[in-house]
This record gives sequence, structure tokens and C-alpha cells, in this order.
Amino acid sequence: MSLERFINQAVSSWMSADGPDSDIILSSRIRLARNIKQYKFPTLFTNDEAKSVIHMIKKKVEEKSFSTLGNLELLLMDELQPLQKRVLMEKHLISPHLAENSSHGACVLSENEELSIMINEEDHIRIQCLFPGFQLSEALNIANEIDDWLEKEIDYAFDEKVGYLTSCPTNVGTGLRASVMVHLPGLVLTQQMNRIIPAINQLGLVVRGIYGEGSEALGNIFQVSNQITLGKSEKDIVEDLKSVVSQLISQERSAREALAKTSNIQLEDRVFRSYGILSNCRIIESKEAARCLSDVRLGIDMQYLKNISKNILNELMILTQPGFLQQYAGGPLRPHERDIRRASLIRERMKMENEEIGG
Amino acid sequence: MICQECNQRPAALHFTKILNGEKAEFHLCDKCAQEKGDMFMLGGAPGFSIHNLLAGLLNIEPTFQKTKQDPFQQEEILQCVKCSMTFQQFIKVGRFGCAHCYQAFEEQLIPILKRLHSGNSAHNGKIPTRIGGSIHLRKNIEELKQKLKESIAKEEFERAAEIRDEIRLLDSKLKAKDEGGE
Repeated sequence: MSLERFINQAVSSWMSADGPDSDIILSSRIRLARNIKQYKFPTLFTNDEAKSVIHMIKKKVEEKSFSTLGNLELLLMDELQPLQKRVLMEKHLISPHLAENSSHGACVLSENEELSIMINEEDHIRIQCLFPGFQLSEALNIANEIDDWLEKEIDYAFDEKVGYLTSCPTNVGTGLRASVMVHLPGLVLTQQMNRIIPAINQLGLVVRGIYGEGSEALGNIFQVSNQITLGKSEKDIVEDLKSVVSQLISQERSAREALAKTSNIQLEDRVFRSYGILSNCRIIESKEAARCLSDVRLGIDMQYLKNISKNILNELMILTQPGFLQQYAGGPLRPHERDIRRASLIRERMKMENEEIGG
Repeated sequence: MICQECNQRPAALHFTKILNGEKAEFHLCDKCAQEKGDMFMLGGAPGFSIHNLLAGLLNIEPTFQKTKQDPFQQEEILQCVKCSMTFQQFIKVGRFGCAHCYQAFEEQLIPILKRLHSGNSAHNGKIPTRIGGSIHLRKNIEELKQKLKESIAKEEFERAAEIRDEIRLLDSKLKAKDEGGE
């Protein structure tokens, strides 16, 4: 398969860089956790109950397509190859838990992959909407629409006092987790993140790196999300997150301006070195790739690099993960082989940009 | 509220224990709670999960039990009648077995919810449209009943009569809804 076709097939619409504030906010996500009243939660449910849950959703999905989302498709985890599951996971369409641990897990995907409904994960139903750029309210609206549509025939587990009942008490109430993926190279380079993260935590929000392990954030990409699901309305949760993220955006922008003023040539050097590495490497580890991709994206946003599409960071952060590399290679790869594959994929992708400029 | 251990700092952890129907409440500040066992590693410590916290709440028990030991006392097993999950099991896995568990463990759960959700223990968001209709009505009736009491206390009997009529109207609506199989 040609790289271009592979990328076209692999890229979901949320990875594009068209959304509002997309120079800093890569994507916005809303998740609603719901359970069906008559069945035990996935920790304890019987196989028959699990099958009934899938059956119920399947019936709903078959009856309708959404004008905005296109057709819906139901995938059973048991029928997927491990590599296919891994790819869905790397695209953030399903969780590692659904891919690996759930019994009778399934997911419903919309054609454009903006909607994914996980079935029999930690809760019976998890509605997820993933949009490019800063579009939390838009994502919440779609998630609510899907929620209302499901509720027409499904009796949700709901309690007047504590709201939507979830498997884990951390999600009870609204069942809502709202999050944004943010690219913050300016704040990392100016060493402000260590100060900002605790401040954000104090506001009831969580910041963490989404790639990489522990506290390191590969590619300077962080996820900011709400911690509390009970006691606030959905709208307030989203508005609170939005106002904090708006401040993060303006801080990141001023950090970038300050960098351009104080160390313009150093920054330009850094961007072009990274561009050089990505265009010429023969072996590259994911850590180095993430760092260089972040630099190049910053270079594009700050106009050191022109005529390169902004999608490159979003796309390549996803496509250079082990699952995708193996899918592209058409078979399993050892770690060392992956690093070679990763280098060649990135190189070819960079070449595509140059051809587009030339042509 | 002041921490009952050090009697100095404000209490941040509120913990209720029920043993043989006897209720005991504990109120501790973060520092003392930490000394009771370093389980309250909140604030983004890596690897922290709800399970540590819940397990922590349980681990804290033995230190309190010292004050009251009775070898003949056996701990009452708190269990959900629908899915038979026990409270102990819930603490271990950090997940409920079914929707009914929320009622079965209601009393133990409130302090946990408050801890997890910045002091909140009541839902303030979306209500499902289909099953929600009667919930809206019932909420209104509750509010009116409260108002009725207030007006009677203030001896505003005309107002009270109006409210009583409103309650009757809503009650009949609610009945119609419930009987209509909604």
C-alpha cells in the first residue's frame, strides 16, 4: 500500500488541524458513562447480560444513521485481531481496557470516527466524541444527542440524588469526562509547566502527558481534564475547563512570543535541526521522533517553516506508534525494526510535503 | 470542624464506620490521616488510583478499633441484595457490582463521594428525559411541601391553601404518569 493511501485510511477527522485554536489545542474530547438499569455492571455481569447489552445497542445502531456523523458500525472485540485493536487504541477510539481486558467488549464507530461508543468496558456504555481543535461545547452537544437517542429505549441506571450510576464512584453524577489535548512547547521550553500543573490541579482539573510514561510528556503534548463529575452541571464542567484552557492558550502564546524575542536564532536552529533529523533519519526512537515532531510543529506555528501542513504532528504522533508501524509493515516488528520503520515512514511523509510544495 | 487527633488543624477527611449497627464518625486533618497510614497520596502522585484511596479508607480501620475491642463482636457484613457484592469487596476492587449497590452502601458512600468530588454528594446535572419526567415532578412536590410547612409556621394560611392545591395537582399528574407505565 502506498504511504499516501495508508495515511488517508488511517487518519481520523479529529487529527486534522482545522479546528479553532488548533495551533495549541490538538483535539477536544467528551465522554459520557452510562449503564443499563436491569443488568449488573461489567465487573460482575453474566455472559448473557453482556450479550444482551451488545444486542440492545446493535438494534439501535442498525436503525439509524446520523446526518452529521454518517453510518455507524459495530465492531466486536472478540472478532478483531490484536493488531487491529491496538490500532484503534492508538487512535484513541477505544481504551486499553476495552482492547485487552473486557469480556464481550464492543465498540460503535461513526464513519468519520468522531463518535465512538464503547460497550461493556468499565461501564455498559461510554459515549465518546472527539473533535479537532478547541470544540468542547460542540462535542458535548453531539454526545448529548447520542445519549438522548439511546435513552429513548434504554432504561439508564439513574438515581435522583447521585445522578447517573457508574461502575466506579469517580464517574458518578454526570458521568462526564471532558478533556483537551494541548501542545505546549513554549511553556515547556520556558520551564513553566512545573509551576502551572499544580495550579491547575488545585482547580479540580487534571494535567498529564498522554504519550510516554509517568510524568514525562512526549512531544510536549498534555491532556487537561475535569476530575469531578458530581455536583456540577455538564455545562459548568465544560465551561470551567474551557476557561482554564483559554488561559493556558494565552500563556502558551506569550511564552512563544517571549521565546521569539529572546532567543530567536536558537529557536530557529532547533526547529531546522529537528526538521533535518526527521527528513534524513534512518533509525529513530519514539522519544526522539516526538521531540522533533514537536519542534517542527512549533516551527510551523511560528512560521519558521512554511508550506508544511500542520497535521504532521497529530498524524505522525499517532502513525509512528508500534501498532500502526506494524500494520503498515504488514506484520510483527521487533523494537529495533520498528525504529527503522518509523524513520522511513517519517522520511517518506516529509517527502510528500516537499513534493506538494514543488508540484 | 477540627481534627479529632491533633485538635489543631481543620478536619479534611470524614470517615464513617458502622459496626453492628453502631455508627462511629472520624474527622481527621490531612496530616493525621497520613500518619494513620500513608494512603492519602492525592494531588497527582503517579500511579495513584481510586483503589488506593478506597483501600486506604479501609486500612485506616484497625487503628481506630483499638479503643473498642470486644472479642465477641463480629463485624456485620454489609452486602448488596441484588448482586451480593459486599462492601469489603467494593473497597478492594473499587467498582460496584450493580446500580443497587449505591443504595445498599449509601451511608458509607456519602463521605467517599464527598472526598472524591470536592465535597459534593448530590447530582446537579442532566436528568434523562424519558424516566426523568416523574423525577422533575417529584422534585417540585418536595419543594412545595417545604414551602407549605414554612407558610404554616408563619401562619400564612391562605398561601398554604394555595400551595396545598398545587401539590394535589402535581400529585395527580404524577399518579397518572406512573400508571401510564411511563
